[in-house]
Amino acid sequence: MTGKEYRTITDVKGPLVFLNKTEPVAFGEIVSLRLSNGTIKNGQVLDTSDDLVIVQVFEGTAKIDRDSGVTFMGDVFKLPVSTDLVGRILDGAGRPRDGGPDIVAEENADIIGAAINPYSRRSPHDFIQTGISAIDCCTSLVRGQKLPIFSASGLPHNDIALQIARQAKLTASDEEFIVVFCAMGITAEEYNFFRADLERTGALENAVLFVNLADDPAVERIITPRLALTAAEYLAFEKDYHVLVIYTDMTNYCDALRQIGAAREEVPGRRGYPGYMYTDLAMLYERAGLVKGKKGSITQFPILTMPGDDITHPIPDLSGYITEGQIVISRELHQAGIYPPINVLPSLSRLMGSCIGEKTTREDHKSVSDQMYAAYAQGRELRGLVAIVGEDALNERDKQLLEFSGVFEDKFLRQSRYEDRSIEETLDLCWTLMSSIDTKYLVRLDQKWIDKYHPDNRE
Amino acid sequence: MKNEGLIYRISGPVVTAINMKAAMYDVVRVGTEGLMGEVIELHGDKAVIQVYEDTSGIRPGEVVVNTGETLSVSLGPGLLTQIYDGIQRPLPTLEKEMGVFLTRGVDADAFDLEKIWTFEPQVSVGDTVVGGQVVGHVQETDTIVHKIMVVPGKGGIVKSIESGDFNVTQTICTFEDGSDMQMLQEWPVRTPRPYQQKYPPVIPLVTGMRILDFLFPLAKGGAAGIPGPFGSGKTVTQQSLAKYSDAQLVVYIGCGERGNEMTEVLDEFPHLIDPNTGKPLMERTVMIANTSNMPVAAREASVYTGITIAEYYRDMGYDVALMADSTSRWAEAMREISSRLEEMPGEEGYPAYLSTRIAEFYERAGRVETLNGEDGSITVIGAVSPPGGDISEPVSQGTLRIVKVFWGLDAGLARQRHFPAINWLNSYSLYPQSLDQWFRDNVAPDFPEIRIELSGLLQVESELQEIVQLVGSDALPVDQQLTLEVARMIREYFLQQNGFHEVDAYCDIHLQYKMAKAILAFQEAAKAAMASGAQLGDVVNVPSRSDLMRGRLNKGYIDTIDEMVKTMLAEIAATVEDN
Repeated sequence: MTGKEYRTITDVKGPLVFLNKTEPVAFGEIVSLRLSNGTIKNGQVLDTSDDLVIVQVFEGTAKIDRDSGVTFMGDVFKLPVSTDLVGRILDGAGRPRDGGPDIVAEENADIIGAAINPYSRRSPHDFIQTGISAIDCCTSLVRGQKLPIFSASGLPHNDIALQIARQAKLTASDEEFIVVFCAMGITAEEYNFFRADLERTGALENAVLFVNLADDPAVERIITPRLALTAAEYLAFEKDYHVLVIYTDMTNYCDALRQIGAAREEVPGRRGYPGYMYTDLAMLYERAGLVKGKKGSITQFPILTMPGDDITHPIPDLSGYITEGQIVISRELHQAGIYPPINVLPSLSRLMGSCIGEKTTREDHKSVSDQMYAAYAQGRELRGLVAIVGEDALNERDKQLLEFSGVFEDKFLRQSRYEDRSIEETLDLCWTLMSSIDTKYLVRLDQKWIDKYHPDNRE
Repeated sequence: MKNEGLIYRISGPVVTAINMKAAMYDVVRVGTEGLMGEVIELHGDKAVIQVYEDTSGIRPGEVVVNTGETLSVSLGPGLLTQIYDGIQRPLPTLEKEMGVFLTRGVDADAFDLEKIWTFEPQVSVGDTVVGGQVVGHVQETDTIVHKIMVVPGKGGIVKSIESGDFNVTQTICTFEDGSDMQMLQEWPVRTPRPYQQKYPPVIPLVTGMRILDFLFPLAKGGAAGIPGPFGSGKTVTQQSLAKYSDAQLVVYIGCGERGNEMTEVLDEFPHLIDPNTGKPLMERTVMIANTSNMPVAAREASVYTGITIAEYYRDMGYDVALMADSTSRWAEAMREISSRLEEMPGEEGYPAYLSTRIAEFYERAGRVETLNGEDGSITVIGAVSPPGGDISEPVSQGTLRIVKVFWGLDAGLARQRHFPAINWLNSYSLYPQSLDQWFRDNVAPDFPEIRIELSGLLQVESELQEIVQLVGSDALPVDQQLTLEVARMIREYFLQQNGFHEVDAYCDIHLQYKMAKAILAFQEAAKAAMASGAQLGDVVNVPSRSDLMRGRLNKGYIDTIDEMVKTMLAEIAATVEDN
């Protein structure tokens, strides 16, 4: 149903258009604006009352004047979905960007998406092997998890995300992932890098791309991830696919959110970001998981760049409170020439406990991971001490730990962009490296694993 | 004016209605789908409503109906083992009605109204009963007897009462004045249930977590705040408390937290056994799950729903523990709604009434004499999620002003995988003085002294560490090096506890005492040995000490620990002769 066209715009401010004297308009309704030069723009109702309707325009408000026509489309924003989406490249508002035909809809799905009933979720427990030792051993990824990469400008987060997309597999089966890639305000160069890599490895055929670049309208970024997640939900929960959603860069998304908040003259929260940003982000991140009665799954990999490398900035901070852990990229390691420069100390996977162990990875995994982590943490701390008192002042235990921290970075963290280590290889490598420390200092290892796996005790 | 009005404006979860007779906190039905909402502000003839469900697609001009009631919960047998959303709709019922995704406009009874319970009267015809008095018992689960109480403010002379099988809406008792009562009752969530008086806290809530019971104990009826940055283990701590604390009932509120985490709890609890009764944990638990992406107004209501249920069981004379994870999300829900109301903000955009609301909430905790003359308590444990881990923010500060126990989680400890990552230097409990007598009577006469000794050692260690940072540990005199070694033992052996380990997750209070004594015994023996010429390195490296430390992961440790300590002391004494 399309209604009448109104020419009652009173104000235009930033991305918002205000108009009055309308018939009742639904909250969240989709709006079409016809400019005097014939251009069509789209928007959505943010606030509605008998007297005033506020519309947020996705393509920016350039050239909108008081004579522009406004039509309310009678429905909330929907994305046409079908399995034809796979292999397609769409723009930030869901229109084909690859020159191909429009998507023939099997159904039209509401992009806001309903919350999953917590009672209807299934617990994630399938270990995903990424082939990256630091992740597999210390922050194991589970199918159905949302695990963001906390990075900063100038760091190789895109390489890591691509390596994960390339190598991710279940140890238990050979089921493949469909990748849904969502770009928000990234540069054309970064986009081409992703696209070229996906094309070269043939992954593009099994991917859906939603692309909003840096020079595309900022407000459109509000809906881009919602479109991507709607497509992901359809593929996962209607068509039984296992979907890996990579979105980059969440920081641009949050900035768009702030822009709208400012235009609406809302009371800002920390650093000018809106007070409802937590809820807003949760409505994206929580669209990951597995549900009862459906075979598919959604695993999310949001990438965000921390402004000024500050992990307490509202964007990483609020994300960290919602996501099930985080992988933190370190500038220090990157500058030391180590790839992937993952700092395992602040990194965490909250669902790790559910996916590792005898049945899925290996019985000693938890013990090994704890010990590797603890020894590295202590070794790193000692570096600060050595800078002041010199290495000679250390006792034997501390010397071994200090040395271990270097080996950890050089042998354990470091691997090539195309090196795909199995979890067995990763854990064996851990034992080899830990054997440089006296067993009596390895207090976190259960004795039975020492007897079974320590290189001294194996033939 | 009548009790029906029209929608004037919609802005997210806030809807304004006109032409309607309304009072503050009336529950209304909004729009053609009848979405549930609550009046939170009146402006002339405009009523501002917070709506508990998504408002997309609702239009001005649709109808709003005022039910004239305030937001209430249903109370009665059948509450236990339930899993609710923020406004007491059972999630399993919603799944049946809507499928796996939560759509809207569905009403659901809080529990099965048809289920038959066996009612045993506790009063006789002709007795006079008053509000809060128990008229009969129902065996709700294997462990919990549900006491059917007269609604506060009601009562009379019993005209008829019989034992038998009833559902919750059937009349079980009639009074001489013609009124009657059923097992089901309603209570408005924003009104605390009445009691006779509050008692001082003199009994600890034993949690099975060494650092909490030993160093920073919480009293039954007390309130504790757990602030910490993300990843520092708030949720794991809360869950351990829900699993192992010696409360008789647990109300667990997942307020604005992760969906998968709630699922984990929902999956795990039915399989866990309560160490105190040997029955499934679920049988003593009511759960409220309002995840971060569920409607914000229902999140605001969820903590009130939870504490009202807790008060109801307290009134039966039970010790109830209430976990709220996380109160920061509750505060943010208030902030979000406040900003939609265009209220003048206080600190960091939070409404000016934030600290009042926090205080009112925690004040509903306490050990009380119920209207029925029994002893009941609610212990509230609230997680706080300060942005960036900085506890100078309003929610943390509002909480710390009111709670007596502060368990400060520390990102640095979490990074060292020291769990529970509770910082022993800045955490505190103001209860030891009132609880010491209980510990002396029930655990050991010198329990408080041992506590003081342990925390003293940790304090000394932190001072010594500053020196070590500058000169290295080898530059310290040997007795101080020993102190560092003892403190390390306290940290690694005693304070660290693996919440996921089948044995270590729960530590009996008597075992805690033995472990603490073992550490002090080591210190004493080591000092004596070194005074007689033993080398520090030999003393600390006796193999039996690492056996003792690893042993805590084995079943039956409480029976073997004494023997292991003896072996260790003998080995330490032997180091003197080796020299």
